[in-house]
Amino acid sequence: MLTFLATNANQLILATEELGEINDGGLLASLAWLIPVVPMVAAFAIVFFGRRLPHKGWELAMGAMGFVGLYGILLAFATMNGEITYEGAISMGEFGPIVLEWGWMVDGLSSMMYFVVGVVGSLVFIYAKSYMAGDIRFTWFFASFSLFAGGMLVLVAAPNLIQLIVGWELVGVASYLLIGHYWEDHDNSSAAIKAFLVNKVADVGLFLGVIIIGTTAGTFRFSEILAQVAAGENDLLKKFAFLGGLALFIAAMGKSAQFPLHVWLPDAMAGPTPVSALMHAATMVTAGVYLLGRTFPLYFVEGYAVDVRPIIMIVGALTLFLTGLIALVQTDLKKVLAYSTLSQLGYMVAAMGAGAYTAALFHLFTHAFFKGLLFLAAGSVIHSVHSNEMTDMGGLRKYMPTTYKTFVIGSLALAGIFPLAGFWSKDEILVAFGKASGGAANFALYLGIAGAFITALYMSRAVYLTFFGEFKGHGTPHESPKMITVPLVVLAGFSLVAGLINMPGFSSWFTELTAVRFTVMGDYHPKAINFGMAAAGLSAALLGILIGYVLWSKDAETQAARDKFRIPLLYPLLERKYYIDDLYMDGIVRPLRGPVARAVDWFNGHVIDLFVNGAGALAKFVGKYVYRFDQSGLDSAIIASAAATGAGGSVLRLLQSGRVQQYAVMIFAGTVVLVAGFIIF
Amino acid sequence: MIVNQFLILGAAVFALGVYGVLSRRNAVMVLLSVELMLGAVNLNLVVFDRAFRDELAAGQIFSLFVIAIAAAEVGIGLAIILLIFRNRSSANVDELDLMKL
Repeated sequence: MLTFLATNANQLILATEELGEINDGGLLASLAWLIPVVPMVAAFAIVFFGRRLPHKGWELAMGAMGFVGLYGILLAFATMNGEITYEGAISMGEFGPIVLEWGWMVDGLSSMMYFVVGVVGSLVFIYAKSYMAGDIRFTWFFASFSLFAGGMLVLVAAPNLIQLIVGWELVGVASYLLIGHYWEDHDNSSAAIKAFLVNKVADVGLFLGVIIIGTTAGTFRFSEILAQVAAGENDLLKKFAFLGGLALFIAAMGKSAQFPLHVWLPDAMAGPTPVSALMHAATMVTAGVYLLGRTFPLYFVEGYAVDVRPIIMIVGALTLFLTGLIALVQTDLKKVLAYSTLSQLGYMVAAMGAGAYTAALFHLFTHAFFKGLLFLAAGSVIHSVHSNEMTDMGGLRKYMPTTYKTFVIGSLALAGIFPLAGFWSKDEILVAFGKASGGAANFALYLGIAGAFITALYMSRAVYLTFFGEFKGHGTPHESPKMITVPLVVLAGFSLVAGLINMPGFSSWFTELTAVRFTVMGDYHPKAINFGMAAAGLSAALLGILIGYVLWSKDAETQAARDKFRIPLLYPLLERKYYIDDLYMDGIVRPLRGPVARAVDWFNGHVIDLFVNGAGALAKFVGKYVYRFDQSGLDSAIIASAAATGAGGSVLRLLQSGRVQQYAVMIFAGTVVLVAGFIIF
Repeated sequence: MIVNQFLILGAAVFALGVYGVLSRRNAVMVLLSVELMLGAVNLNLVVFDRAFRDELAAGQIFSLFVIAIAAAEVGIGLAIILLIFRNRSSANVDELDLMKL
């Protein structure tokens, strides 16, 4: 089953050299089917029984998430002692050559995802208990939230493409429910619909990709498809690999919000902050990167979808640069973080395109912690000042010291400052850009370094506007309760040290972990720090912080005016988000809406009504005959039976005279008849 | 033992009772005729008991039961007749057609 994958001699296979023994994981892996099932069951249990429980269903969600977190930690420890590759499957039915399977997978990649979803998810659930307290749909919120995490785990556990689609769509529908949680406000329900529809557009790519790859490979199992890729024998698959790979990448562009399908993600901020935290850190947006990682050999091995890689790199690089710029002009704290997520997703996707499987996943891993932290800290601030706008904040450093400290740690980690988590992962991505050849890789490298600068710039802007200067909102802000600050502190701890598990020259644990798969990944992990690249990335980040300090540290009152003044040409463009939303609305939605509505109306009036009227006429026609039959046939039978009953009654009535002696005569007569009968027979 | 003669006597008394029940108009006479029928049945029971020499004497015991129940029945029957007479000042069976609904 194990196939070793190494196609490029230049790619140093460090990880696989150091791989320990690979085993099937024993009981721990064979019971891993519980990981996606428990949150799903919890979601339905909350819907039915949540309201009657003392904590209104939160305890079920928390229990399920805590279980996943513990299981993820256990698996992480188990993989330290020996690498696990396990694939379990239950056949759900066979349709000709296609076998429909429900399965679960335990390998380095999925273990890493279980860990991230479980640990970050548990912290977010603890936080959400306090954040959502008093919400009118508290129970429903946790039901959808469990469904969200459960859907992501179904996706991660999927050993085949069909189950991947199931998880993918579960995540989509749960995100719709959560983004539209405050549906009383029309904007929020529009944001939910937008997220759903944009994802649906990308899902067309997923379906096409699954169909193309599944039918050409003759199987939907990842392990079998990728074994075919590694063996290089399937010519049909080779022929269609480009189209299939491109289609899957379009799917990834939707869920991982790549330019130009990124428009749903900033609007998804309409959901409650814990949703944003989980969605941006661990669950939904990582799905696209995960899909690329899962099918990575398809893009990596010569002769397959290698030509998609430059496209991936360019899309990723554009996303990381363009959306980073938009983050500079946002006034809503959560939107700054949303655009920052887009930018970081750009890094991950571009890294996948550059062939840096480990670096992309490593950035996903570290990003999950510091972006989860930043969102939760932003939620803590919003909870305290009752506004999303940074113009209503300022000076919060004095009022909310814990939130301030953790937010700064998260910002520094995001900006990629040595030695926090973001530095190591971003550095590895930049090194990978440098190592990859071709124009697209150079393009990604320059934009990647520029992106590091922009990241530092907008994060220092957010920190200064929120926590420095004078408080501009109403009332007196206060530090959040323990249940909110403790997850912040834990995530801050992860943001500080998460980078160390894949530090060049110190540890390659993460590289080894993600390399453990049925098709073993050969991947590059530098033995020592590449000082040139680290210096470039770090100095770009420091420059960003410096400029941010000069621009925004003082005189915070005239901030909005200053933003416009400083970037006169770009500002309108950025504020309108490159007019992409307008383009979609005016170019696609509005022109289509009228004709489509008219066409539907015509179809309704002429085609559907035809059926309805025809059915009516038919019913009338049949009814006439039924009426006749009823009148002539059925009624006469009923009348006849009534008449027979009446006649019988009038005869039998004579027997009942009321005279005792007459009855006695009958009794004796009957007795005589019976006795006679006994004697004769 | 002579059985047939007793049985003929019993049948005759029973037939007499049946005739009385069906033909007498006075309720007291009807009740009396019922007692006649019970007596005929008792006679049969005792005769068969002796004829079969039943060790448990079941026939005689049953006839004792019948006598006891007959006494109770007469008590209730006379009470009913008394009430009917008091309410309708007549004990004529022909006039009692209340059972006709």
